Amino acid sequence: MKRPLLFAVLLAAAAAALPARAVLAFCGFYVGKADSKLFNQASQVALVREGDHTVLTMANDFQGDPKEFALVVPVPTFIERRQIAVVEKVLLDHLDAFSAPRLVEYFDRDPCLPEPPMMMAAPAGGAPRSQAARTKDLGVKVEATYTVGEYDIVILSARESNGLETWLVENGYKIPNGAASMLGTYIKQGMRFFVAKVNLKEQAALGFTFLRPLQVSYDTPKFMLPIRLGTVNAKGPQDLFIFALTHGGRVETTNYRTVKLPTGMDVPLFVKAEFKDFYKAMFAEQVRREDMRAVFLEYAWNMAWCDPCAADPLTRDELTKLGVRVEENRPTFISRLHLRYDAAHFPEDLVFQETTDQENFQGRYVLRHPWVGSGSCPEATRYRGDLTRRQEREAQTLATLTGWKIEDIRRKQQGVKISSLAAGPAGTPSADAPRPAEPPWYSRVWAAVANR
Amino acid sequence: MAATATTTGTPLPAAPRASVHLVAPSPPVERSRGAARLDPRLYQIAALAGLLVYGLLWLDLDVRPVRAGVVLAVVLLTQYACTRAWRLPAFDPRSVLISGLSLCLLLRTNSTLLAAAGAVLAVAGKFLIRVRGKHVFNPTNFALVVLLLFGGVWVSPGQWGNAAFFGFLLACLGGLVVNRAARSDVTLAFLLAYGGLVFARSAWLGEPLAIPIHRLENGALLIFAFFMISDPRTTPDRRLGRVLFAVLVALGAAYVQFRLFRTNGLLWSLFALSPLVPLIDRLLPAARHQWPGPAVRRLA
Repeated sequence: MKRPLLFAVLLAAAAAALPARAVLAFCGFYVGKADSKLFNQASQVALVREGDHTVLTMANDFQGDPKEFALVVPVPTFIERRQIAVVEKVLLDHLDAFSAPRLVEYFDRDPCLPEPPMMMAAPAGGAPRSQAARTKDLGVKVEATYTVGEYDIVILSARESNGLETWLVENGYKIPNGAASMLGTYIKQGMRFFVAKVNLKEQAALGFTFLRPLQVSYDTPKFMLPIRLGTVNAKGPQDLFIFALTHGGRVETTNYRTVKLPTGMDVPLFVKAEFKDFYKAMFAEQVRREDMRAVFLEYAWNMAWCDPCAADPLTRDELTKLGVRVEENRPTFISRLHLRYDAAHFPEDLVFQETTDQENFQGRYVLRHPWVGSGSCPEATRYRGDLTRRQEREAQTLATLTGWKIEDIRRKQQGVKISSLAAGPAGTPSADAPRPAEPPWYSRVWAAVANR
Repeated sequence: MAATATTTGTPLPAAPRASVHLVAPSPPVERSRGAARLDPRLYQIAALAGLLVYGLLWLDLDVRPVRAGVVLAVVLLTQYACTRAWRLPAFDPRSVLISGLSLCLLLRTNSTLLAAAGAVLAVAGKFLIRVRGKHVFNPTNFALVVLLLFGGVWVSPGQWGNAAFFGFLLACLGGLVVNRAARSDVTLAFLLAYGGLVFARSAWLGEPLAIPIHRLENGALLIFAFFMISDPRTTPDRRLGRVLFAVLVALGAAYVQFRLFRTNGLLWSLFALSPLVPLIDRLLPAARHQWPGPAVRRLA
């Protein structure tokens, strides 16, 4: 399966007269990832969509007293008990790690040695491994109550927003000012409300000290994610990661620009030690450039494989737990969307469409370790001149990507250049990254002799 | 404002083959006021080309220059071939360039073959599907909908930044002024009807004003209103008919978007309602629109 896939990628690239970089980009050694844990006030959502069937798995970084936790999500249909599940956080963490922007590194070859034949890295990984009168007075109908795992869940429908707001407040939910009118718009659209709070007894009995993600599934033509309620009491912009899992192809927003994260750039070597800061700064800069009105595509890939892999592909069992109907010969495609939003810039709920675009995309940044041998062939002299220009280009790229000051970047670059020389020709590779073999001593001698 | 993608500058002689309906001879034609005036299509080509270049360079529009080139070349070639096949006196690239540019801006696919197929469909569709010598579907709309039904393509309605939207809006409105709005009634009627529906629905739901405004700040909506539905060759001949048609298309688009919750309501609605145009023309007859200016190159 792996080979035909790579072949298909190559073939598609050739057919569409793509530039060669789309294929070359698959080579390189994976050394680091930057996952969603870096962001405060971040929520993760896995959104599985097959036809009108939707499975929504929601996790957030709620850190407070579980007593304080409550979740109100507008849902398009009535939700039965069997449509609700509590899943392990590790599933979303795995999705996050698998799709995170990544850093890869290459090592320059000795310019005095002949050009080696071009080798492609084979795609790694494999197939998916496998209160009743009062309630009535308020015009609120408690359609169902369930206890699922550590959560008490109520499915509500309402006739008008003030009644719903009063019901929520009287039942111990803190509703921020301004939420009522928003609730009203969902009521008029015939939507129900999925309301969850933590059942402390059940939580103690289960022994969980953190809140596990809630999963709800339903059938609806509405391919959307309600984000407006979350903006009412938000302290500043929030980050949202959506891992959309489909069979057809890439998912994009239809009412906001979906922009690919800049990718494939060569960046200075010191970024390796600061990759997480780099990703945060770069994301912030891209958000600023798009005036905070865009959704960023950070990863789009067939779930069966990855190259380079930031984490192993999800197993068949993991995908099933996320709500994917895994079938042979029907690959699952992941789209990782990242947005930073507030009410002013994202006035509307997110609406999506599934495209037929199966082209792979990843946020990927490249480190190129210079060759630091002592060869003095004409190629080596030319190489050293090119290297200086290349390092300046890398600094400029980094400044453009992150908005960092070019002077600071150059200063840090100097620091790494010195330490890199002190560390030897391999630079500062990670412990697990494969190092290219040192050329044998006689080839260096031979090069020195040949250059004389 | 007149609009997109039509046939050549001269009325078609009897089609030699495979015309779906050819019921009666073509009715009299109406020449746009002042044939010597600049062809409005030239302004439209400039506006669409400007938007495409901006999209390619700054908007991350997911359109590859090579594919855009293929689409434009194929529409021109298909027009040329159809001009020969139907023995038209002249090859006129203007209308098909508008269709081609609109297609480049709206059609997304990973297959150059499908993009080329879209280009052929757009041009061939208007030669093959005719009623009383007038083509039924807007070429770009026809190609997009057929390809969407067939699969392998998609339309990204949300890929427009604010700058692009407002810049393009200015260009479109400028077009209305420059062309002294020969057929701007259909565009204005559609925008008023559709905008009205979007605002009315938001008001009923109690949504803040920012939501309907955000829904209307959409480049695809502009291309649709100014270059597709406004096509004088595929809209009713009488003004009353055009306004009626525009309102029906707006209702259909709102139905697809807000009741069926599907994307590209504008495209589906126009496609589904275009066959009504011959009927409206029969009920409300008027002189047919004719593009100004001589054809670009006489065929030998």
